[in-house]
Amino acid sequence: MKARVHVMLKDGVLDPQGAAIQHALGTLGFKGVEDVRQGKVIELDLADGTSADTIAQMCEKLLANTVIESYRVEVL
Amino acid sequence: MRAAVIVFPGSNCDRDMAVALKAAGADVTMVWHKDAELPDVDLVAVPGGFSFGDYLRCGAIAAQSPICKGVVAHVERGGYALGVCNGFQVLTETGLLPGALMRNAGLKFICKTVELNVVTSDSAFTEAYTAGDTVDFPVAHHDGNYTIDAEGLARLHGEDRVAFTYGDNPNGSIDDIAGILSENRRVLGMMPHPERAVDAGHGGTDGQALFRGLLGQLTNA
Repeated sequence: MKARVHVMLKDGVLDPQGAAIQHALGTLGFKGVEDVRQGKVIELDLADGTSADTIAQMCEKLLANTVIESYRVEVL
Repeated sequence: MRAAVIVFPGSNCDRDMAVALKAAGADVTMVWHKDAELPDVDLVAVPGGFSFGDYLRCGAIAAQSPICKGVVAHVERGGYALGVCNGFQVLTETGLLPGALMRNAGLKFICKTVELNVVTSDSAFTEAYTAGDTVDFPVAHHDGNYTIDAEGLARLHGEDRVAFTYGDNPNGSIDDIAGILSENRRVLGMMPHPERAVDAGHGGTDGQALFRGLLGQLTNA
């Protein structure tokens, strides 16, 4: 089985990289880009039957820093 | 005083840290990250650098290395720890210090000497300074933008645990915070490099008092 973990800065945490991307899109002439948030995607190839709880522990212990980041798991 | 300096793949201030500690009179042992146990020491120093290439997040992989279990155990026993730059990031990732270090607000890597305010002298690390002193330490980081939630921030201020603030905030850190202490005041994490300010030939000696004070406190303990 495969799982895809999306890690994003929490709402309210300033994302300077997202702001820089937003600015660059504006420079390229794209209008109406009101906000950009940058995160990361981590794909896991897991033994069949790995529980959602185990994947959540992987996120909590390592994949996301829950002080500043939130995560979402998508089982593929 | 006996001190251990942890060496991760990608550490680059480990020898500077050892030189600064030895100059202040410490017996220093270098400890490789794969060692599961620390030697019997009074202080563990987690040095600056780019441990594990800053993969995933700065300090995140190092915080899971075997030696970090030993560092956590050392601190839980009441041992002293100093984390500088990447070492500060490692200590926040292990949970030994609260908050997190994010990408600099200006997105640039910053490498220069900055002025810091000593906020408290109530710790072994800062007792040789006077609160209100200003010191010049170099910074060299891309991810030094300290953040913490409002409740945690109020605790840091309320418990007098902000050790250093920036005179002119270079990286966007909340409340200009450059270094913080643990609840028992025996762990200091800071982004600026005191170990790079211990030799007049290398741009200043303001960091000497930190190591001298630490040695004085721990040797008498």
